[in-house]
Amino acid sequence: MKPRHKRLAAIALGVAALGIAAALVLAAFEKNLVFFFTPSQIAANEAPQGRTFRIGGMVLAGSVKREGVEVRFVVTDTAKEIPVLYRGALPDLFREGKGVVAQGQLGPDGVFRAREVLAKHDENYMPPEAAHAVEQAQKTLQTK
Amino acid sequence: MTASSIRWFWYASPQTFFPLAGTIARWCGLAAALLAAAGLYVGLFIAPTDAQQGEAYRIIFIHVPAAWMSMFLYVVMACWAALGLAFNTRLSGMMASAIAPTGALFTFIALWTGSLWGKPTWGTWWVWDARLTSELILLFLYFGFMALQAAIDDPRRADRAGAVLAIVGVVNVPIIYYSVKWWNTLHQGASVSLTRAPSMAATMLTGMLLMALAFWLYSIAVTMVRVRCIIKEREA
Repeated sequence: MKPRHKRLAAIALGVAALGIAAALVLAAFEKNLVFFFTPSQIAANEAPQGRTFRIGGMVLAGSVKREGVEVRFVVTDTAKEIPVLYRGALPDLFREGKGVVAQGQLGPDGVFRAREVLAKHDENYMPPEAAHAVEQAQKTLQTK
Repeated sequence: MTASSIRWFWYASPQTFFPLAGTIARWCGLAAALLAAAGLYVGLFIAPTDAQQGEAYRIIFIHVPAAWMSMFLYVVMACWAALGLAFNTRLSGMMASAIAPTGALFTFIALWTGSLWGKPTWGTWWVWDARLTSELILLFLYFGFMALQAAIDDPRRADRAGAVLAIVGVVNVPIIYYSVKWWNTLHQGASVSLTRAPSMAATMLTGMLLMALAFWLYSIAVTMVRVRCIIKEREA
């Protein structure tokens, strides 16, 4: 083996070792890297108790109720649902049926009291006409 | 080696690479300008408004290509650094140093435009989710690489020290890319990937790909200009 091949092998080994180390560290930190918990995870008691955390999911269609400055809505991941109470201005992209991430605490009554609400955008980009067509198609599917 | 194949070792010498770099820089720079003009025209005038985000989504014509380049350039930089470390070629270290500022620039653009987009869409300038945080670490890796090289006077030793840092940092790149898949993040998943059909309208995609190509050629052009400066400095 020439010295330069030895060095190349050493670099390759080093990168592989680092990769494995990084993978192990990330696996160990897995829980702390989670930006939000889903309603199913909260139902399974995976969310921290009595501490501030974030929940994420879809705003259940038809669940948004505004009572003065307070707004109530339900976050769902289609399996479980969590009612949320929030006081303040909602982001522009907050829509029923769209993604949302809320930060706050889970009350003993099972209502999530949010201090901050962020809209979560999905990876789909389409012109309004296409979005309208998708909506129409879903409606006809539902009525059938 | 056959006479027809590219003489890699011939061009690995800084003196012979110098004029070639100048030619590459000129043509890539010109092509980048043309493609950027075409990409911006498609992106700002032809591509339709997004159904959810309205006009704010047009950030993707800068943000996404910049983010791609920030990760890709880091990998290229680390490859040059590794080549230099293994084969002790002079040009490799120079190439790595020449790429770093452009990589840092694109990382900064990705973070900055993302922040501008995040305020109207998400409702916040910044969150500490896995995607945003790992991209910020990438910016610090670029800064660290440049600072380390600047701190060491002997260029060959600077190249070697920088190379180790660049190679170590390369583990961050797959973390950035897959962060949206591995963890729950506020940042949305990829709209364009090699394994499935893109989830965006065709004209939007065209604009974005044109801009990505323009950023590629721009990166090549400025790297060549910078490597010529480095060759002049070191070989004079």
